[in-house]
Amino acid sequence: MTPSRAAFAAILAKDLRSELRTLQSLPAMALFSVTTFVVFRFGLDRTSLSGSLASGVLWATLLFAAVLGVNRLFVSEREEGGFDAIRLAPIDRTVLFAAKVAALAVYLLALELVAVPIFAIFFLDDAAGLGPLVAVLVLADLGLAVTGTLISSMAVNSRARDLLVPLVLLPLAVPLMIAATGATEPLLSLGGPSYDRFGSWLLVLGLYDLIFGLVGYAVFDFLLED
Amino acid sequence: MEFLFAAPALPLDEAGKYVAGAYVVFVVLLVVYVAIMAAKVQRIERELKDVAEIAERNKEQQAAPGREAEEAAPYG
Amino acid sequence: MYGKGLKPLSIATVAMIALSLSLVFFYAPLDADQGFIQKIFYIHVPLAMVALVGFIVGGVFAVAHLRTDNRKWDAYSYVSIHISVIFGVAVLITGAIWAKASWGHWWVWDEPTLVSFLIVFLLYATYYPFRYAIEDRDRQARYASVFAVTAGAFVPLNFMAVRMAQSLVHPRTFATSNGGLPGEMMLTFLCSLAAIALLWTTLVKFELAAKSASGQVKRLRRALDAPVAGGSSRIAPEVS
Repeated sequence: MTPSRAAFAAILAKDLRSELRTLQSLPAMALFSVTTFVVFRFGLDRTSLSGSLASGVLWATLLFAAVLGVNRLFVSEREEGGFDAIRLAPIDRTVLFAAKVAALAVYLLALELVAVPIFAIFFLDDAAGLGPLVAVLVLADLGLAVTGTLISSMAVNSRARDLLVPLVLLPLAVPLMIAATGATEPLLSLGGPSYDRFGSWLLVLGLYDLIFGLVGYAVFDFLLED
Repeated sequence: MEFLFAAPALPLDEAGKYVAGAYVVFVVLLVVYVAIMAAKVQRIERELKDVAEIAERNKEQQAAPGREAEEAAPYG
Repeated sequence: MYGKGLKPLSIATVAMIALSLSLVFFYAPLDADQGFIQKIFYIHVPLAMVALVGFIVGGVFAVAHLRTDNRKWDAYSYVSIHISVIFGVAVLITGAIWAKASWGHWWVWDEPTLVSFLIVFLLYATYYPFRYAIEDRDRQARYASVFAVTAGAFVPLNFMAVRMAQSLVHPRTFATSNGGLPGEMMLTFLCSLAAIALLWTTLVKFELAAKSASGQVKRLRRALDAPVAGGSSRIAPEVS
């Protein structure tokens, strides 16, 4: 195993293990999602959702829950000197970036494993659209993970950390949300899932992931300089 | 060929107000910017005046101690 | 020296603006569908295009800053974004006026370019609180450059996504592309575009010159061991 890959695996494993042990973010994100679903049930005065409403409620909730998780991503690094360790290690610093993106993506997928079935139970009459939804979830999670990691790594060194992440992350996430809801809406429509422009939206999601992945890869080094 | 798809055109006197409004917004923003820059330039002017006074004072102090030193120890 | 060349630039800008305004009101023909309202097009669209290019230019300067670590690029990036944000305010207000005149509503979600621009504007508006939140000046400059690069990459992607979201049922409300414009309108549009581009450049240079002058005064103060005056901005990069 090359040193970079070993380092990647080590950092990812450390993060996942630490989260499993302390359970800081995931339960909060899950709880937040379920409560938000309840708020929407009353706010919209609906007990069943389909099409654009279902898509909107699901993605808005996931997005805000993601913002909660992003805030915690680099805190342990900052407090325990992880940044210095990476700086001193003879490996490519973008390994830290890749590992953090992977960790955040895993958190988001874990969240969705809980939140999406509950969403279906609460609001959906027919779960047929959930299968293809997985593709949308995976691609969107990757995009959120990339931009979330980028913003979080800058915000962790700032004063207004908790405010900064939602402020900057939300506009950046808009194209992601447009594509995700665009793909999800026909999947959850009343008459059963349809794949209207499904491929195009997945393409947009993939493009977003690619472009911001490249941007992150290119600039992350500069974020670690002292 | 893109269609200019819109509601029917307003009569000229009403339309004129909107067009004028748009250009007025542009001019106002520009002038506001000029005003802010003017304030900045004023501040620079004031600071330069301060700095010039400090420089002149320093110059006088350099000349004065020279004279005092001579009077105090004319032979040493 | 940023003031150098500012005078001929401003003169060129004034001349171009005068020419464009004359063309808009005395030369360009009246639009068949929208009538006199269409004249807003000549101020709104150039402002939008120049603002967007300005954001991307800010991103390019940011790349230069990250690669060379020379602070002047950070100042260029900051000022480019600053002027573009101000132009952005003008774009949104003139866009709303145009929407009101054409559709009777101050805002329309049907117009993808305007909506995309709003999202881009919202993102760049966070540039200031973002800089403000980072106290260490070196880090602030570096992170701001990362922000500018990320946001620059965001602009085309955003426009693409919003355009795709347009329902295929609603036709585009106003054609803001310059395909299919009659010759006189095209000429007028191009002159307006040139005028606004020159204006942007003049304002950027102007602001850099003012910052540079401020910086020189501070330098002078330090050389004379005079107390440095308070009230320097926490976020605006210094130029000297």
